[in-house]
Amino acid sequence: MRDGQPTVLPGFGLTLGFTTFFLSAVVLLPLAALVLLAASTPLPQLLADVTSPRALASYQLSFGGALLAACINLVFGFIIAWTLARYEFPGRKLMDAMIDMPFALPTAVSGIALTAVFSVNGWLGRYLAEYAGIHVAYTRIGVILAMTLIGMPFAVRTVQPALLEVQRDLEDAAETLGAGRWYVFRRVIVPAVLPAMLTGFTLAFARALGEYGSVIFISGNLPMKTEITPLLIVIHLEEFDYRGAAALGFVMLAASFVILFAINLLQAWGRDRLVRRGS
Amino acid sequence: MAGGAHSGALEELDTRPGRETVLSALARRCLIGLSVAFLAALLLAPLAVVFASAFQDGLRTYLHAFTDPDTQAAIRLTLLTALVVVPVNTVFGLSAAWAIAKFEFRGKSLLITLIDLPIAVSPVISGMLFVLLFGMRGWFGAWLAANGISIVFAIPGIMVATLFVTFPYVARELIPLMQQLGNDEEEAAITLGAGAWMTFFRVTLPKIRWGLLYGVILCNARAMGEFGAVSVVSGHIRGLTDTMPLAIEALYNDYDFTGAFAVASLLTLLALATLALKALVERTGYRRR
Repeated sequence: MRDGQPTVLPGFGLTLGFTTFFLSAVVLLPLAALVLLAASTPLPQLLADVTSPRALASYQLSFGGALLAACINLVFGFIIAWTLARYEFPGRKLMDAMIDMPFALPTAVSGIALTAVFSVNGWLGRYLAEYAGIHVAYTRIGVILAMTLIGMPFAVRTVQPALLEVQRDLEDAAETLGAGRWYVFRRVIVPAVLPAMLTGFTLAFARALGEYGSVIFISGNLPMKTEITPLLIVIHLEEFDYRGAAALGFVMLAASFVILFAINLLQAWGRDRLVRRGS
Repeated sequence: MAGGAHSGALEELDTRPGRETVLSALARRCLIGLSVAFLAALLLAPLAVVFASAFQDGLRTYLHAFTDPDTQAAIRLTLLTALVVVPVNTVFGLSAAWAIAKFEFRGKSLLITLIDLPIAVSPVISGMLFVLLFGMRGWFGAWLAANGISIVFAIPGIMVATLFVTFPYVARELIPLMQQLGNDEEEAAITLGAGAWMTFFRVTLPKIRWGLLYGVILCNARAMGEFGAVSVVSGHIRGLTDTMPLAIEALYNDYDFTGAFAVASLLTLLALATLALKALVERTGYRRR
């Protein structure tokens, strides 16, 4: 059997050819340029670029902040998804539509808006500073806040359909058989939505890790303190230090691929469980 | 996202016996309260602050912000970029979905993964790729300079960077949709003598129109709002290579907050329109896969 044969439909060569060509030109060639540049850098120099104190501090903030933000989203994403999937209340539809806002809102806008809300004289930042002594804008807390906002839709949108699919009769059966609410939650609901929660967590982490626009306004961008890795890449590029930028970019790209791989595994795991439960 | 499924599940909830206890009512209130508080602080407050700041000095100052020639140039550049990038990626998305959904071939899942790749790449890295290729010290930098072509720090760079970051949006919407719809109707049309283009326009396109619209809306929102990737390649030349998001940054860094938030308010309206259109498309029964 030749590729593309079991149908009478036309256009296989044309569409596959165009797709592959365009993909190669727009995505693969540029990615190859980055990988080759990083790979052609002498190893000691590459290591020095990748492990400079400033780079290490930026990883700590980027990876650590993204991890914390993803954890916050794991909790609140579940709560919001649960609220949307299980409760009826006025404004539910509006809330449901609003969840996708961070997808649709340009990151520069959410960046300056968050900064305005959480700066010391902002609507919320004022009270946080006065009553709790917490300064959000221009600190690491602000970075994590922006990363949380940007990852939130992923956490909600993966868990929400999974919650709707939980077999309600299973919950009823467990309850009829004398299981308490908490027990049902732990033994029926959580196992059913766990793959979705982890997928959402990973997607939120990935997005927060690479985020630039909404973070740089609220972070204050102090070297060693509130400087994320993407910003450090931009600084290298502005100094025409392509090698240094490519080295850091390579680290982030490698992290993205690991995450992408993890997401694929998680989704396969989720499907697997669904099939087994269904049979 | 799934209006139909929701209302079904909620109706079922009403008929379930013995669900409402004091404790569950309390949990319900707490969880709704937590959700509302979280979203109000993180979504609603920033949204409101955009308009409050844009109008803080009155309507006149707000409107005056748009008489600035650099701001007008930024708006034009953003529109131009979307006008070029969105159709190109729509054609690509249709082509990719046709090849992937209608035919069997080796390496298909690899192709799908590669199409999705730009979503996983940090915006800054997306922009950097094109600096490494076309920048002064990039692969083609010397050749481009010798021939007097500028891509980086010029409009073509903004176009390709936007093309890269919005690359998967239409394709990833259409591929699962067309896979699910199957080939039967197209095969019938071809067998009965319809031409290839006629089959596409009269049989396939009507079936996938909502999914296509959905993808185009998302692609457009990202194209108009992209910041990181475009910021790296633009060079920030006011009035020439600043798009609207970059103009916001420039105005903001100049402490022209009213101006920055005025431009931001336009992009916020675009985001709200995007969400409203998305909701409308979902009301037709279109479900993301």
